[in-house]
Parts: sequence; C-alpha cells; structure tokens
Amino acid sequence: MLKISNLQARVESKEILRGINLEIKPGEIHAIMGPNGSGKSTLASVLAGREDYEVTAGTVEFNGKDLLDLAPEERAAEGIFLAFQYPVEIPGVTTINFLKTAINQIRKYHEKEPLDAAQFLKLMKEKAKSVKIDDQLLRRSLNEGFSGGEKKRNEIFQMAMLEPSLGILDETDSGLDIDALKIVAEGVNQLRSAERSFIVVTHYQRLLDYIVPDFVHVLYKGRIVKSGTKELALELEEKGYDWIKSEADALEASMV
Amino acid sequence: MSFQNIQAQFQAEFENIQKNLNGKRGSDFNTIRTKSFAQFQQLGIPTVKHEDWKYSNLKNLDKIQFSFNPKSSFSKSNLEVLPFASLAGISICFVNGVFNEQLSQLGNTPKIKVLTLEAAVEQIPDVIEKHYGKYIETDKEGLSALNNALSNSGSVVVIDENYVLESPIIIRYISDVKTADIAVNIHNLIVVGKHSEAKIVEIFQTEGEKTAFSNLVTEIFVDKDAIAHYYKIQDENDQSYHVGTTQVNQEDKSYFYSATITLNGGFVRNNLNLVLNGQYIDNHMYGLYIPNGKQHVDNHTLVDHKLPNCESNELYKGVLMDSSNGVFNGKIFVREDAQKTNAYQNCRNVITSDSATMNSKPQLEIWADDVKCSHGTTTGKLNDEAIFYMQSRGIPKPEAVRLQLVAFAEDVVSQIKIEELREMLDTMIENKLK
Repeated sequence: MLKISNLQARVESKEILRGINLEIKPGEIHAIMGPNGSGKSTLASVLAGREDYEVTAGTVEFNGKDLLDLAPEERAAEGIFLAFQYPVEIPGVTTINFLKTAINQIRKYHEKEPLDAAQFLKLMKEKAKSVKIDDQLLRRSLNEGFSGGEKKRNEIFQMAMLEPSLGILDETDSGLDIDALKIVAEGVNQLRSAERSFIVVTHYQRLLDYIVPDFVHVLYKGRIVKSGTKELALELEEKGYDWIKSEADALEASMV
Repeated sequence: MSFQNIQAQFQAEFENIQKNLNGKRGSDFNTIRTKSFAQFQQLGIPTVKHEDWKYSNLKNLDKIQFSFNPKSSFSKSNLEVLPFASLAGISICFVNGVFNEQLSQLGNTPKIKVLTLEAAVEQIPDVIEKHYGKYIETDKEGLSALNNALSNSGSVVVIDENYVLESPIIIRYISDVKTADIAVNIHNLIVVGKHSEAKIVEIFQTEGEKTAFSNLVTEIFVDKDAIAHYYKIQDENDQSYHVGTTQVNQEDKSYFYSATITLNGGFVRNNLNLVLNGQYIDNHMYGLYIPNGKQHVDNHTLVDHKLPNCESNELYKGVLMDSSNGVFNGKIFVREDAQKTNAYQNCRNVITSDSATMNSKPQLEIWADDVKCSHGTTTGKLNDEAIFYMQSRGIPKPEAVRLQLVAFAEDVVSQIKIEELREMLDTMIENKLK
C-alpha cells in the first residue's frame, strides 16, 4: 500500500529526514516512536503534503501512485488522512459544513455524485455514534473553543467520515488524560480493517497499550534506526531512548 | 486649481435649478440651498490634503462631463433582472435621481408615510420643517453642502408613534449609465416615531458601464424608545463614485442597528455619523466590504456620546482582493457629561493579494472618566495552517480559501434581521469570493 524509499526532506536549510525506508501493507499498524526532534512529525507532515517541507530525495509510492506528485487534497482523496497533533480552529465554519464540503469534494475527485443533505446527515449520525462524539459539538465552529480531548475526538470522527485507506495519527495522545486517550483509541480500533492501515506517531508507549501495533520503528536523527514488534515499545518504555541513541551514534561514527 | 472642471459643472447646475424655480426663489428651502452652495464654494471638493480624505482621492472626477439627473428608459423588466429585485417590502425607487412611480410600491397608511420630498413638503410640512436638513453638517463637508444645494429629490419616510412595521422599507437607487455619465444629489429623511420600530434598506445599483457620481445624504431621526434597523447595500459598477453620508440622531432609550455592505463599487465613501442626543441609547454598527480589481471602499464612522449611560458597538470587516483598497476610520467621542459610556470598536481585515491595501485608523477622544471603551484593528492574511488543514481533508485550496472568507463575512451578514435579504447577500458574497 505505502512504500517509502530513501525519503529525505528539509525545512529551509535544516535536514530533518535523512533517508527513510518503510513499507506498509494493507491492514497493518506501524508505530513510529523516537525522541523529541527525531523527525516523527515531519514524516507525518511530508506524507500529508505540508508545504513547509522540501523533499530533496527519495520516493513515496501509495497504491501505485507517486504520492509526492499529488497536492494535499489529492492525497486526501486518494485515501491519506492525517490526524493533526494540533487541530486547527476555524471560526464560522461548522464541522458539519466542513465535512460535507470535504466528502463531496472527494466524491467529485472520484467522479461520483455529491451526497445530498439527508444522505450526509444519516452518515454523520451513524459515525458520530460510533466514535461517541456529541452531535451538538458538530454544529459548532470547527474546533473553536473545544477542549484538547474534544479536538482529538473530532479528528477521529473526521477520519471515520472520510474512511481513508491510510490513517496517520500524529501524536494523537499528546495532551490527553487516560480517559480521553481510551475513547480516542477505541475510535481508532473500530476503524481497523483488513484494508485500512495506520501509522501511529507517538513519543510514549502509553497509546500503544490501546492501539496495538504490528510493527514499531524508532526514528532518530531522521532515520529509522531500529524496527521490531510491539515488544520494542515496551523495552523503550522501560529503558528510555538513550541506549538506542548510543547504538545509532556509534554506528554512524563507524561508517564515517 | 484642482476640480475646476467639475466645480464649473456644479455651478452651472446650481444656476440652472435657480432659473427653473418658477417664483419659489424666496422660499425657505431656497434660502438654505443658496447658503449651502456658498458653503460648498468655500469648502470645495475634498482633496487628499484633508485629513479625512487622506486615502481617498476624487481627482479623476474632474475629467468627466456629467449629465445631471438625465431621463432614463429604465423599466420594470430592467429592474426584474437586477439582484434584490424580488426583495419584498414597501419600496421607493429613484432612477438617475428621479422618482419612478412604476418601480415603487409606496403603500402609504395613516401610520406610515413614504413620500418624495416634493410630496412631503406639501403633505407633511411640519415634519420637514422640524427635521429636514437639521442634522447634516454642511459647514464641514463640502460634498454635504453641495448635496444640500443641488438635491432636488429624495425620499421622506415617517413612521408614526407606537407602531411596529414588520415589512422593510426599501429605498432603491438605480444609476442608468448605459449612454451618459451622470451626477445625482439625493437627500432623504427618515423619522422613526416614539416607541416605533422600522427596518430601512437602501440599495444602490448601476445599469451600464459609464460613470455615475452619486452624492447622497440620508438623515435619520430615531425618537425616544424607537428602534431603527438600517441596511445600506451597495452593488455598483467599477466606474462609479459614491459619496454617501448617513446622519443619525438618536433620542433617549432608542436603538439603532446598522449594516453597511459594499459588494461592488469603483469608488465608495460611506460616512456614518451617529449623534447620541439622550441617555440609555444603544447602537450597533456593522460593516462588510469585499472589493476586488481596483475598487476603493472607504468607511468613516463617527459616534458622538453626549450624555451618560449609552452604549455603542461597532464591527467592520473587510476582504480585500486583487489591487483593491480599503479605508476604515472610526471616531468615537465621549463628551465630558457622558459618564458610564460603553463604546466598543473593532475593524478586522483579510487581504488575499499582495497588491491590496488597507488603511485603518481608530480615533477615540474621551473627556469623561467613568467609561469603558475599547478599539482594535487587525489586517492579515488567512492562516496557512487552516488552509492546509482543509486541504488535508480533501478540500482544494481555492475552496478552502472561499469557505473561510465566507465564514469571515458571515459575522456581519448574520446581523441582518431580514431573512430574505440575508439569503440574497449570502449568495452574492459566495459568488464574489469565488
């Protein structure tokens, strides 16, 4: 489904991703962990098409298409969904209006007829129920005045509505208490299927207790320096990142 | 000297009016006219050297040869295809400054008078005597003096005491500039009686691509405990010049709610002046301007708090596209006696192009000490992160921009209390922001 080869990216003159290789198959959950500043969020942003980053080398193939060649909205229409670390407040645009526009734009991309108001509302009610988000919240301006938990739940709700084939969760656990975390994780688990894959970017192992990954990768200085299964996350929780850092630094030194 | 050509045209028009007075030369009206013209000659047309006209330059007016109130064949079928044509209500329509009965639906009752100035002078001379020309200041603004001197038409709207009028009163101004450049001077008077309520809508439109110079004065008297809603809607062509002054006088415990919406216009200058001549007065002023191309929209507002316990609240918003210009100047005076005044002002602008400009200037002058006043003005671009957020959900960038701009404008449109008008405006704004 997704094949990242030697991906390198920078912001202004700062190299952040220095050769990422990663392959994700349908239905898999990959966790990306790593210390602060290792490039985790950058990877999520580059995949979603944020303009601030310049891709300097490498390729990303998504369902047979060159992902890097697509505008952010085209990536969304092709099935990429980024749950933001900091969801944006948009005054005056309700979540309902926002999602109706989004869904119909994606349908237009696929040359399908737009959903009418009744069809849309039916879909919305069903999905709101499944991710346990209050209808009233959806009638308000998008994320405006929402609590941290409400914003993250709204991200998951949006994901449920747009039904992507690849969901990228960018530090979705940050700023959430354990109850909010469980609700969000439950929402994600409901969306798991044999066709849908996830990239879960997180600093802590905590979220992975609830969203259990098939693979765990550790990012450090813009490269994946270690990959393993969910046990690797537990090991990191126990031992911290320092041992990985020293291993990676030693390896890099020996290569120079 | 600047404005030589246009001043000479106004002089000739003034003399022309004087020649055709048929023995009414000595009337009170004409005494005021003559005095106002002398004031105009002294003050002249404002140049950018005037502080209040610093960013709004009328100089190109001088290049145009105008016809004053020329005849027009503009008919019902022409009106029907214009926006807002179907807006329901009592209506009075002026084409090139001349009252057009076929396009009006006056619907006078004992409680409501919607008359031309000529008819009002005959039918309700006491109202004219008491209010007409009593609020506008002709000794400071040259163009207001000119209006007083040359205006030979206008509407007079009077809502009697203790009457709530549900249906809006629409004053429609059409400039038919298919064949000639035209100049009109119109002077209106609106009186909302004690304990009464009315909704007034002024709509300005052009037909054709030549230049119309509209110089307007609307005086509004809001009596004790009365409520006036006032909506000024402008949708004129890119060649037009519009200078309009709305002069409002509010008495004790009255409410005045306004929305000034500029959809289109080549050169627009709106003056909205509120004099709070009583206590426990409330007013809300909203404004929205969405110029594109080379359109220029200038809103000057003034609120004069003279007595205690009044509140004024102001929100103007602009979306400036292409090479357009916006100007906002908001003056608030709080006089020495006006203790316990609450006065708020806010001007927010979004610029969508590097060549658009916005000049905004709040001016608060406060002589009283026990008051709450605030003002703020912001001008910026749309948030890139918000646009990316929308794109990441499948919404293409132009649509993401449009959605946000429409939402930005909606803050003002949503204040309008006539649903039908609100819907019409929403459609027009959505179309323009595409």
